[in-house]
Amino acid sequence: MAETELTREEVRHVAGLAMLEFNDQELDYFKEQLDDIMNLIDILNEVDTTNVPATFTVTEDHNVLRADEGINAQQKAELLARAPESENGLIKVPAIINESAGAK
Amino acid sequence: MNYFETDLTKLHNQLVNKEITSVELTEQTIANIKATEPKVDAFITIAEEEALAQAKAVDEQGIDPNSLFSGIPVAIKDNILTKDILTTAGSKMLHNFKPIFDATVVEKLNNAGAIMVGKANMDEFAMGSTSKNSYFKMTKNAWDQTKVPGGSSGGSAAAVAAGEVLASLGTDTGGSVRQPAGFNGIVGFKPTYGRVSRWGVIAFASSLDQVGHLTRTVRDNAAMLNVLAGADHRDQTTSTREVPDFTANLNGDIKGMKIALPKEYLGEGVSAGVRETILAAAKQFEALGATVEEVSLPHSKYGVAAYYIIGSAEASSNLQRFDGIRYGFRAEDVKNLNDLYIKTRSQGFGDEVKRRIMLGTFSLSAGAYDAFFKKAAQIRTLLIQDFDNVFKDYDLIIGPSAPSVAFGMDFTPEDPAELYMYDVLTIPSNFAGLPAISINAGFSEGLPVGLHIIGKAFDEDTVYRAAYAFEQETQLFKQVPNLGGND
Repeated sequence: MAETELTREEVRHVAGLAMLEFNDQELDYFKEQLDDIMNLIDILNEVDTTNVPATFTVTEDHNVLRADEGINAQQKAELLARAPESENGLIKVPAIINESAGAK
Repeated sequence: MNYFETDLTKLHNQLVNKEITSVELTEQTIANIKATEPKVDAFITIAEEEALAQAKAVDEQGIDPNSLFSGIPVAIKDNILTKDILTTAGSKMLHNFKPIFDATVVEKLNNAGAIMVGKANMDEFAMGSTSKNSYFKMTKNAWDQTKVPGGSSGGSAAAVAAGEVLASLGTDTGGSVRQPAGFNGIVGFKPTYGRVSRWGVIAFASSLDQVGHLTRTVRDNAAMLNVLAGADHRDQTTSTREVPDFTANLNGDIKGMKIALPKEYLGEGVSAGVRETILAAAKQFEALGATVEEVSLPHSKYGVAAYYIIGSAEASSNLQRFDGIRYGFRAEDVKNLNDLYIKTRSQGFGDEVKRRIMLGTFSLSAGAYDAFFKKAAQIRTLLIQDFDNVFKDYDLIIGPSAPSVAFGMDFTPEDPAELYMYDVLTIPSNFAGLPAISINAGFSEGLPVGLHIIGKAFDEDTVYRAAYAFEQETQLFKQVPNLGGND
């Protein structure tokens, strides 16, 4: 059995961190699937990694710099055209707090 | 027209000699795509108007006798940005997204005179091994339409294998070019990490992602890398190393080449038909004058588990940008900004993407980081050391590019981990950033078996030399599926 089986609360917590929401049925489904994946991942505990350095990238070059020069891309209209909603040259979003709670 | 009987050099000569114009070639290509698509569903978008305009411009300018791709139609995977042409990454999240610029690889193909005829179907955000995770459609295997084309670059592979185009671009994070190439009996190549720019490619796992490309022959594939390779200041992981002519040494001579065959690559989980085909390929290499010896890559079996942690962790970070604000899908009927983010992401992403975001977010969360993300990154080091040890004594490593031939469209394991095992043979080269190719090694159960050849970092040349020698000896590329007028 997976040592790392997640609780429903943990799954809900992780969903919150990832900005995802699940109803009860979906939560059960994702919990079960994550537990299956955790089972697969448990195999890594067979390996002693004491003093083994971690590898996060295999790129040869580090700290690649470019000239610090501004560019004028002139892409405002094109960019705004991609936004789901825009108004007066700005991207439109809903209120940051609840409409009902917010004072007009 | 289909592309079964031709190759890049032949077509280039016909274009240069004015036996055909690029507009005619493009028209015939699109007509054949439209006739073939009902069977394979390789494309999300066919860019007919744009392609014909591009072809007209190339014809007017004159075919460039020094550019093999001048006037040649190609397909592009739908997670690679094409200016003003729908680019969805196979997701509802980007169902209406038209980029404002071309990816570097698209720019390079354009500059070489290539004609972009369409955007190829894929697993959503390149996550999957079947292309069934697409929001739009299910692509079918070119050889048998009841089988999957593999994934995530399933559309790119099926389009080439079905004779719809001569070449396509894909992306490869854990095998997403090589596995579908293997399932479709064509040539799929993942270059060394840093060889080809990812600028303008929708990121999945940035320490693993590479743009790869698919063709019918090895020579065409090497010629395409000549166009795509090179440093790009907009992708700071690209290498400034010199880019050689990858077609220069394709002469069939591999005498004295030292090839390793890891026992783990033919072990448990690999079908008998695949094992026999790969062992026969090993014999073929020996007959060509190479030596083939069994070696061990002892940490291979940990690759999949480490990959699903690292790949998902990086994906969970990269996919944070999809929030419904600036482009793409936005959920309706929301209470406030936070609700907009949550509803957009919950309605815009499919299940496989959500699974990986969840796994990745968990692996990076407080309390889990050391036991999961860091542990996987340490296992990655051990996998790389396995390769380093073998490459001290050998030029290349061979094996299958998937444990079986293409499986049925209706195969849906209850446990997602079961499907993840299909990447076990291709993942390690992404971890180490090594160049690797899949070419057709023969057939089992009537379907192609992919031969996987892995080389040392930045030694694409040796990979291509061996693949070319094998291909020329076996002539397997001459076998084609019953499509494109052959049906």
